[in-house]
Amino acid sequence: MRQSNLYIVLYAAALTVVCGGLLALASEGLKEKQQANIELEQKKNILSTVMDLPKGANIEELYAKKVKSFVVDAQGKVIEGVQAKDVVVLAEYKKPADQRKLPVYEFRNESNPEKIDFVVLPVFGFGLWDNIWGFVALQADLNTIQGVSYQHKGETPGLGARIDSKEIQERYKGKSIYDNNNLVSVVMMKGEGVDYSNDKHKVDGMSGATLTAKGVNNMLAQYLSLYENYLKSIKATNDVSL
Amino acid sequence: MSTEVAEVKEVKKSEPLFSKKNRKLVTNPLDIDNPITVQVLGICSALAVTTQMKPAFTMAVSLVVVLIASSMVISALRNTIPSRIRIVVQLAVIATFVILVDQVLKAYVYDISKQLSVFVGLIITNCIVMGRLEAFSMGNKVGPSFMDGLGNGLGYGIILMIVAFFRELLGSGALFGFKIFEAAGFHYPGNGLMLLPAGACIVVGVIIWVQRSLNGYREG
Repeated sequence: MRQSNLYIVLYAAALTVVCGGLLALASEGLKEKQQANIELEQKKNILSTVMDLPKGANIEELYAKKVKSFVVDAQGKVIEGVQAKDVVVLAEYKKPADQRKLPVYEFRNESNPEKIDFVVLPVFGFGLWDNIWGFVALQADLNTIQGVSYQHKGETPGLGARIDSKEIQERYKGKSIYDNNNLVSVVMMKGEGVDYSNDKHKVDGMSGATLTAKGVNNMLAQYLSLYENYLKSIKATNDVSL
Repeated sequence: MSTEVAEVKEVKKSEPLFSKKNRKLVTNPLDIDNPITVQVLGICSALAVTTQMKPAFTMAVSLVVVLIASSMVISALRNTIPSRIRIVVQLAVIATFVILVDQVLKAYVYDISKQLSVFVGLIITNCIVMGRLEAFSMGNKVGPSFMDGLGNGLGYGIILMIVAFFRELLGSGALFGFKIFEAAGFHYPGNGLMLLPAGACIVVGVIIWVQRSLNGYREG
């Protein structure tokens, strides 16, 4: 009986139903908690581009106090009725550039809420093996990089995967994305160990990870140019000359 | 815990769970029948998740949970499983537990689950789990299967922790993320080799060497 085809088919079917049911149950039950973790992680990344987060800092509270988020289009106009946290950057990445919804996270000045202290822009691209993404924080001049935060899905450990380390991200601090009103972004060079502290638009590379660096460069160049219209529109209100 | 107690009661009718033979099921895999150093199974994850002790610990606990749970389920089902699809059934059971563990990690220890990334998922194909189910649980009662799963899981976990201890200590001068050398007051630059998979190979090799010479192992 145990070897009959009918028994085997029924057994497999029953097993599938039981296992599938269990998994569906777990997935539904834990979904909220997992989503909260992902959102907290994102808030942490946004805050970390602007400030050093002490251990055990209350991320939610800091974020609620400091950050104002909204969504703009490629023309730099605010899209009403869409919340930044509902925009999936991966999904937008697949759309044509002029149709993308672009989230913006602004740190407003506490004494003068009209003035922007920092603007944090999400970036998204493709490294050597898989997606890479992150946030770039610009200072009030909308030119100097305050800090960056990069994440990756599957870059080579020890090589390209270093983009998520502090060491690499520190190299972007204080660099400029504009050169005389032209958007030139910041380029990670090939090779490692060269001092680029005098060059505002270059950072030292990662040895053995030139292709990941290329991905990072493309990601920055593409997204900064997508946000260019928006940056221009706020630079008037923020009273800065580039 | 509740399942554990239930099992003890059930087995007591025939043979006590902690009989000498059953205790051997736990102690053997810790040393003379260790899944990593003697059977050389589960090496992939042993190299990958042992740069720091925290993820190694989580990985070890995850594997113990998956191994015990699937051992017991397969053992309980062993008389109903059609032999022609037994591997598929084993895989389905393992996969279910692995995904459950992964989901729980994602919900409660998100940081560590991010660090472990695909390796929790890869427990599904960990040879230790499949090997124990096929070699032991398919032919033994639930109680001994529990002991066997516990033993092999711990045997894997112990090696993982030893490897992670040396790699984190020598590689980044820390233990469980706590900077030992800096706390002691001197600078330790960190040995990059220990953070690469090659470092794990060396440590595992040394462990095997020490273990074999202690146990008086002779080739052939």
